[in-house]
Amino acid sequence: MSQDTAMAQGGFWRDTRRSGIGSWIFSTDHKRIGMMYLYCVLSFFLVGVVLGFLIRLELIAPGPTIVTAQTYNALFTVHGVVMIFLFIIPGIPASFGNLVLPIQLGARDVAFPRVNLLSWWLYAIGAVIVLVSLFTGGGAPDTGWTFYVPFSARTSTNVSLAVFGVFVLGFSSILTGINFITTIHRMRAPGMTWTRIPLFTWSLYATAWVQVLATPIIAITLLLVVTERILGLGLFDPNRGGDPVMYQHMFWIYSHPAVYIMILPGMGVISDIIPVFSRKPIFGYKMIAFSSLAIAAAGSAVWGHHMYTSGMSDLGVLVFSFLTFIVAIPSAIKVFNWVSTMYKGSISLEAPMLFALSFILLFSIGGLSGLILGAAATDIHVHDTHFVVGHFRYVMFGGTGFAFFAAAHYWLPKYYGRRYKEKPAIVGWILMFVGFNVMYFTMQVLGMEGMPRRYYDYLPEFTRLNVVATVGSWILVAGIVIVVWNLWRGLFRGEPFTGNPWGGATLEWSIATPPPTENFDEDPVVTHGPYEFKGAGIP
Amino acid sequence: MSHAEKDSFGAKLGMWLFLFTEMLLFGGVFILYSVYLTRYPKEFGLGGHQLDLVFGATNTVVLLTSSLFAAMSVTAIKRGAKQLTLGLLSGTIGCALIFLFIKYLEWSAKFHHGIYPNSPKLIAGPPGESIFFSLYYLTTGLHGIHVIIGGILMTWTAVMVQKGMLNSADNVTLENVTLYWHLVDLVWIFIFPLYYLIL
Amino acid sequence: MEHTEHILSYGKLTAVWVALLVLTAATIMVTRFELGVWKVWAALAIASVKSGLVIAFFMHMKYEPRLFRIILFVALFTLAGFIGGTFFDVLYR
Repeated sequence: MSQDTAMAQGGFWRDTRRSGIGSWIFSTDHKRIGMMYLYCVLSFFLVGVVLGFLIRLELIAPGPTIVTAQTYNALFTVHGVVMIFLFIIPGIPASFGNLVLPIQLGARDVAFPRVNLLSWWLYAIGAVIVLVSLFTGGGAPDTGWTFYVPFSARTSTNVSLAVFGVFVLGFSSILTGINFITTIHRMRAPGMTWTRIPLFTWSLYATAWVQVLATPIIAITLLLVVTERILGLGLFDPNRGGDPVMYQHMFWIYSHPAVYIMILPGMGVISDIIPVFSRKPIFGYKMIAFSSLAIAAAGSAVWGHHMYTSGMSDLGVLVFSFLTFIVAIPSAIKVFNWVSTMYKGSISLEAPMLFALSFILLFSIGGLSGLILGAAATDIHVHDTHFVVGHFRYVMFGGTGFAFFAAAHYWLPKYYGRRYKEKPAIVGWILMFVGFNVMYFTMQVLGMEGMPRRYYDYLPEFTRLNVVATVGSWILVAGIVIVVWNLWRGLFRGEPFTGNPWGGATLEWSIATPPPTENFDEDPVVTHGPYEFKGAGIP
Repeated sequence: MSHAEKDSFGAKLGMWLFLFTEMLLFGGVFILYSVYLTRYPKEFGLGGHQLDLVFGATNTVVLLTSSLFAAMSVTAIKRGAKQLTLGLLSGTIGCALIFLFIKYLEWSAKFHHGIYPNSPKLIAGPPGESIFFSLYYLTTGLHGIHVIIGGILMTWTAVMVQKGMLNSADNVTLENVTLYWHLVDLVWIFIFPLYYLIL
Repeated sequence: MEHTEHILSYGKLTAVWVALLVLTAATIMVTRFELGVWKVWAALAIASVKSGLVIAFFMHMKYEPRLFRIILFVALFTLAGFIGGTFFDVLYR
């Protein structure tokens, strides 16, 4: 890799035992694995952005615009699969989790370094399989990322291979989860009690449990789609006594908790950034840590709210609607605690903080629109409209996506020893924030007015708002380009970054920049909490 | 804790977490089973009667015995009895092979009678029956794959024991592989009554 | 800080194995009676006892620290929740 030469400053970038690409793809160092994940997920994010950009462009006017209907179906399916399974699920946990988690605990590596490498390999193999499926067989899948039966069992496109790729990706996710749980239980430095674990690591602990307990269900569900296609088991075929709604149950038993795999690590990032840039200990540490577990637990019991219009029983609708509202409680606890942390703090509005603040706002909008969808009566009005699309972007992109960039601006200088320029970062952030809201808020309005999702064509009266949304997508993409370019340029050629300029009190700020391969010269002894800035000697 | 020393507690914790994922994987099939059983109790009963109880019961005994050998091999290696460990591991692998052979006999008898996924006979028959046999093939097939993987892992462990890489001091790998094997047994403990004995 | 390693004797393991065989025979016998839907519950109850024995002794759970039993409970509880939640739909459709 080229950055080997660019990273002459050493640390874990310099490997004395091996050289070339082998020193990366066979490395068991959690930081190198984290970096490989980072480059992969960022690349797939950009691929997903291009696909999303094309979808929005197609919808700028009714009727055929730039692609055919079949290509459009493939576009939104591949956009979904790439963004969900290749970017946002592994996004923060596998990249920043690997980079940061062991150091925050005072460990030299994760509990099973070789399993960690295997996990990355499975991710890479799964990604290749998914990509191959787009260009072979009957062409790119056109089912939507949810692979709903009966269409997914019948379509002639290359669903089997794509689904198998996702199966392999699930394996990778499970192994990362097992590794993190074991690491947190077994590898904490002396003095690192459970209430001294940084909140980012706490959120990864809750995430890992969801990964371990929910992912197997999607594995068996996807296997069922493949066997349905190859062997004709008929388990979801009403003619043979099967029940297609059971597919939706099993799919969402995983895929709803998966939403928390996506958002919890983002919340962890925010919990780490807010106190540092407010110069105040976090407010309600225990409540934030506990609410991560509460979200993971409650979030595992609400999958039915995706199925209000599927023909599910009325009692089912009632129960799942009720349970859905419970998830709002721990989410709100987090938001209130972040805001309380900033109260009377000495806030410095640098790039990581700006992304973190916009996370709070956008996630709150997304969360509140989620309640509209969680209530059965209002959901039936907006079900499968652009309202859902907008809501999902608010939580996933406004939430996890902005948290991803917050984490990138916060931690990456530490790992590169160089930093980005502040001004372009802020300009990029402003464009992203404005473009984001222009695009997705308009989508929510469109949905309220009745424009369905995943439709190639639409009625002429929706044209005006669709033009607005598409223009929003251009602003958003401009912002992403500036932010990514600025990070890229800065991390390789920017100003040197050493010491602890932001004044973080967690352990990763106490070691050399970039971190050495062994992380710590000698095992650290932890004497203070993760946000006790005075205890860490930070003014 | 120092990174150099081997953490057998951590290794076992990791293995148990992995076993949970396996439980949930089969759990997914059991979700489908329970739903379709409540919908088609009569057809499931008729389907169950067509399965061969002798094959099923024999395989239960074979698997339980293999589990006993596997558990004993852990005791043996901790007491430093290398030859006994190897003998017990061979016993486990032998039982795995017998299990697979009986499964083969059972499946081929079914195929012979025209009962296999998507077979004309099942398509023509009542819907619930087709569901029962689809689930039967799915569950026992998935379980069979796990038996094969378990057998391969057992063989690999036996080689490590033979080479002395696993011994009375360092044997957590053997413990973990036997844990995996017991899980295969656990799943069968539920498959047997639910498919062969039901209604 | 850790528990001392516990080694199960061959005799104890064999006793568990005998118990498992007896319970297998019991399941077969129980399901030969006409119990209707209770048959399923009886068979499942016996299977649960059997798996309890396998987990406790063959898999050493009885001698592991409490953490292992807690997380096992979490996993089984989650699975039960998945099945139970599905039945809110299936039973009342």
